[in-house]
Amino acid sequence: MAAPEKLTDTLETLEMVPDRNERIQLLIDLAGRFEEVPQRIARRPFGEEHRVPACESEAFVFTEERPDGTLDFHFAVENPQGISAKAMAVILGDSLSGAPLDQVAQVPQDVVYRVFGRELSMGKSMGLMGMVGMVSAMAKKRAGRKGV
Amino acid sequence: MGRKEADVSEIESRGYARPEVLVSTDWVASHLQDSSIRIIESNEDPLLYPSGHIPGAVEVDWTRDLNDPLRRDYLGREGFEALMRRIGVTQDTTVVFYGDRNNWWATYAYWVFQLFGHAKAKIMDGGRIKWEKEGRPLTRDVPSYPASQYRASERDDKKIRAFRDQVLEHLEAKKPLVDVRSPDEYTGKKLHMPEYPNEGALRGGHIPGAASVPWAKAINPDDGTFKTGAELRSLYENDAKIKPGDDVIVYCRIGERSSHTWFVLTNLLGFDKVRNYDGSWTEWGNLVGVPIER
Repeated sequence: MAAPEKLTDTLETLEMVPDRNERIQLLIDLAGRFEEVPQRIARRPFGEEHRVPACESEAFVFTEERPDGTLDFHFAVENPQGISAKAMAVILGDSLSGAPLDQVAQVPQDVVYRVFGRELSMGKSMGLMGMVGMVSAMAKKRAGRKGV
Repeated sequence: MGRKEADVSEIESRGYARPEVLVSTDWVASHLQDSSIRIIESNEDPLLYPSGHIPGAVEVDWTRDLNDPLRRDYLGREGFEALMRRIGVTQDTTVVFYGDRNNWWATYAYWVFQLFGHAKAKIMDGGRIKWEKEGRPLTRDVPSYPASQYRASERDDKKIRAFRDQVLEHLEAKKPLVDVRSPDEYTGKKLHMPEYPNEGALRGGHIPGAASVPWAKAINPDDGTFKTGAELRSLYENDAKIKPGDDVIVYCRIGERSSHTWFVLTNLLGFDKVRNYDGSWTEWGNLVGVPIER
C-alpha cells in the first residue's frame, strides 16, 4: 500500500534537514501555524471519543467528510504548551486530509520518529503515535462504512 | 518586608516538611545573574526549550541527557559527570529545575539528580506555565558556561528507586503503593478501547493493593503551584491512608509522573521512605507471572 503522497513529500522535506536544531526550528514554525478545529465541527467540551489516548497534551481529533468521500482532519490541543502535538497536528492535517482513506488507514505510527527523530521520551512518542493511530483508525472506520 | 522575603515566607507558610526545596518565580527572577545557581529547564515537549526559555537556563532533556540509549536505565556516574561538566555545574552549584506539565519532568530530573546525591537542588514552584503567565522574559539564546570539574558519586538506586522484584515483595507484604496515573489507566478502562492505540502494556489495571491518587491532584490547576501541606496531607494521609513513617512505592506508566508524587511525599510531606518504581506500568503490565488488579 502506497503512503499518501503529501505525507511522503512532507517526510522527505523534513529528512532533508538533518541538523537537529534546524529541524526543531522548522517544527516550531509548523506548530505556529496550528489552527484549532472550527466551532462548526466541534465545541468544548469535546467528546471523549475524540480524545487521543496516551496523549498528555490532551489532543482531540475530528473529521469532516468531503464530497468525494475522503476526510478532512481537524485537531484540538488543550495543553497550551503542547507544541509538539500542534506541529504533529499541522503535519497530519495538511498531509492526510483528502488522501485516499485506505492509504490513511495504513499510515504507520512510527512516522512520528521520522518527524521528530528518535530522541523522544517513551511517553511523548506514545502520545504522538496515538495521534497518528487515531487518524488512521478514523479513516479505517469511515472506509469500512463506505465499503472501500 | 522585601518582596523576596515575602515569597520565602509564603512558601514557608504552606506547612511543608522541607520548604527550602521550593523557590518562587520571583526568587528565580532575582537570581538570574547568580553564578552559584544554575537554572535547568526539563520538559516533556522537546520543542519548548528551543522555542524560548528563562534567560540563562540550560536544558536537561530526559531522553538525550538522563537515559542510557541502549539499556532501559539511567545514565551512570561517568555520564552524569559529563552532563554536569557540560552545563557548568560544580558540587557547590544549586540547581533549580523548572519545566512544562506542572513540573512533572522537572521533578523527574530532580529525582535522577538525587540518585547521584546532588542535594543542592530545588524546584521553581509553578514551573514554566507560571513564569509565562506572569509575562516574565523568555529567550531563544542558548547560554554557554565554562565546563566544570564535577566529580560524581556512583549512582545509588537503593534509597529512592524500586525494581520489579522489590515491588512484588512489597505487595506480598501488603505495604502501601500509590498509582499516580489517571483513573481510567488505574481501572484498565483505557486499554479496552477498540480500534485505538493502547498504553504500551498488554493488560490494563493496577498493581494489587495500590491506592489511586492521580499525580496532578497535588497541584493548583490555575497556576501550577503545589497545594499546601494541609491539603496534601488530606489527599495522601486521609484519603490514601499512607503516613510519613510508611515504606511507600509510587508508580505510573514509565516512572515520570510518579517522580512528581515522590517529590511531594518526600520533600513537602516529609515521608522518609518513598521509592519510585520507574519500570511502572509499561513493565508491570507486561510482566509474566505477576498479579494485577482491576
